[in-house]
Amino acid sequence: MTDLVWLIPVFPLIGFLINGLFTRKLPEKAIGWIGSLSVGASFVVAVLIFLEVLGMEPGSRSVQKIVYTWILSGDLSVPIGFLIDPLSLVMMLVVSGVGFIIHVYSIGYMHGETGFRRYFAYLNLFVFNMLILVSANNFLLLFVGWEGVGLCSYLLIGYYYEKKSAADAGKKAFVVNRVGDFGFLVGMFLIFITFGTFDFTQVFSEATAKLTQGGLMVTGITLLLFLGATGKSAQIPLYTWLPDAMEGPTPVSALIHAATMVTAGVYMVARCSVLFAMAPVSMTTVAVIGGATAFYAATIGMTQFDIKRVLAYSTISQLGYMFMACGVGAFASGIFHLMTHAFFKALLFMAAGSVMHAMAGELDMRKMGNLRHKLPQTHWTYLFGTLAIAGIFPFAGFFSKDEILFYSFERHMGFWILGALAAIMTSYYMFRSVFMTFYGKSRVEADVAHHLHESPPIMTVPLMILAGLSLVGGLVGIPIIQGWHVFGDFLSPVFAPATAILTSNAHGAAHHSLALELILMGMSLAIAVGGLLFARYMYIVDPAAPDRVISRIPEIHQLVYNKYWVDQLYDILFVNSIVKFSRFLWKAFDDAVVDGIVNGLARLTRGFGGVLRQLQSGLVKDYALSIMVGVVVIIGYLVLR
Amino acid sequence: MVTLQHYLFLSAVLFTLGVAGVMIRRNLIVILMSLELMLNAVNLSFIAFAKYLDSIEGQIFVLFIMVVAAAEVAVGLAIGVAVFRQRGTVDVNDINLMKW
Repeated sequence: MTDLVWLIPVFPLIGFLINGLFTRKLPEKAIGWIGSLSVGASFVVAVLIFLEVLGMEPGSRSVQKIVYTWILSGDLSVPIGFLIDPLSLVMMLVVSGVGFIIHVYSIGYMHGETGFRRYFAYLNLFVFNMLILVSANNFLLLFVGWEGVGLCSYLLIGYYYEKKSAADAGKKAFVVNRVGDFGFLVGMFLIFITFGTFDFTQVFSEATAKLTQGGLMVTGITLLLFLGATGKSAQIPLYTWLPDAMEGPTPVSALIHAATMVTAGVYMVARCSVLFAMAPVSMTTVAVIGGATAFYAATIGMTQFDIKRVLAYSTISQLGYMFMACGVGAFASGIFHLMTHAFFKALLFMAAGSVMHAMAGELDMRKMGNLRHKLPQTHWTYLFGTLAIAGIFPFAGFFSKDEILFYSFERHMGFWILGALAAIMTSYYMFRSVFMTFYGKSRVEADVAHHLHESPPIMTVPLMILAGLSLVGGLVGIPIIQGWHVFGDFLSPVFAPATAILTSNAHGAAHHSLALELILMGMSLAIAVGGLLFARYMYIVDPAAPDRVISRIPEIHQLVYNKYWVDQLYDILFVNSIVKFSRFLWKAFDDAVVDGIVNGLARLTRGFGGVLRQLQSGLVKDYALSIMVGVVVIIGYLVLR
Repeated sequence: MVTLQHYLFLSAVLFTLGVAGVMIRRNLIVILMSLELMLNAVNLSFIAFAKYLDSIEGQIFVLFIMVVAAAEVAVGLAIGVAVFRQRGTVDVNDINLMKW
């Protein structure tokens, strides 16, 4: 079965080609199911390979399949090859599985939209690129998928391209990602200079021999790679594109800007765990940036009123958690959180989409309220997602988030405090969104209110599946009891080399203290419940409280509500100066120099022609005279020679 | 005694007259007539050489030239008629549309 791994990305590619080229005349249903089933087929293949890998020895669960030599030039040989190991398998399963569910949901959500076919073609292309990204066996092929998902993200954010804000958001995402990609590319070149190859297995096995621990080279490589990750995974300082990306259709936000693409940076850092482990400076940077992002984005999330923006900031915040986990050396926990986050964040987005669907596109939570009776299934599934992301036992988020908090506590108290503060805010703003949307007094406008309706089953069934996964998804990683953390044990061979480096560096290796772990668990649960109760007080018990708080600290609220003016700051610092410089180049260089040369040549030719054309007088006599003169000259020459 | 030189001299005079006519006159008909004069001057020198060299080729050539000249005059006069109908004049100085 592992020989057929190439089928996993190829199925969505086929779906893309069919929907992109041929299905103009087919009805929506057929187009939607072609798109969905192509991803479903990938999922089936991924599951079959997963089962086969489970049957192998834990130590030998890493298989490479080379399909084709893509680039062969001197010493450089880059194949189209796939690496099957626990890490890539987890990613493939999540991408194709969650992707399939979101595709099915999209059939209902996008019903009647113009460009239905375009939507599914792009979505398939995205899944293809994402699967290439996670299954590639070398940096260059990973980069192909990396750029491909960026392209699809751009196309899908700008799906409603006739809307200026959507087109701008697409551009912003693309340009901001370019900054990160620059770092990633340079990091890749440094890897090639050092190792002479792009192959993952070779690079990671030779890393300890060819690079000095904590040396300049490995630090540079990892920091540059991490710059790429901050772009793709929306971390400080390159996170600004993600909230704007919510201009795309909601299932796109669910699939690309929550569940899969934005986790590519986390995947890449985890994949390069060996390199990162060798560079303590980079590890600290990753952890600090991750923790800071988790905290910072959560504060903004507390003040937003657009339901999708709340979710967008919570995505940034949760991605920060994943990076913090990687930064403190708990790569498996980061990937674990990545998986559970894919479940509940996709669920939350799609439930929000279902609310939008019922509310005729309304996103402002101030115009919602008390929707739980009208949208019972959406309400329950959204609540499940919220319980999961807030980290309430026994939902999925509890296990993964608790694990990250535990490891960050072990590394340094500061990370734990950052994470815990972010966790309480997460719980607060998520329950705030629940209460504002589904509870309290209805603030729905009258003309919207009378056609409120629950979404069709094709949308609610995917929600329920994901709600189920959000409930049980964490059970694969139960901590404390040895051997019950199935997920961590499955991934551990991949991260074993990195862990070995890290533990050899750590003086007096930390012991798993059962009591400490239990205390921390209790605390994270208390934090989550605390956030819940606080949100309940603010929005159910005393609905006037939020306004009172705002009027007490209006400046701070304005600062946070306007996202700390970072967009404006970037505009002043970078965007405007680049625009000015471009304008200078346009006026001074393009208009004057380039156009000057081209127009000057044209003017010269025309002037020369203007002189010569005087010869053509139109008078036959003149021509006869010139013939005569010519004859006389020639004969004269022949005679007098 | 009329020698070859006499014929050639006459031919040159006629040819020069023709050239001068083409260059100086403005009437299209006269220009065509001057062209004929040039052609016939050439014919004369052909005949003179044919007689002098006792060769038949020169005489045959003259016949060809006459045929071509007839055709040329026919076409030239037809153009002249067409131009006159169009513009009411056969003055070549007025027929100068083909220019920049």
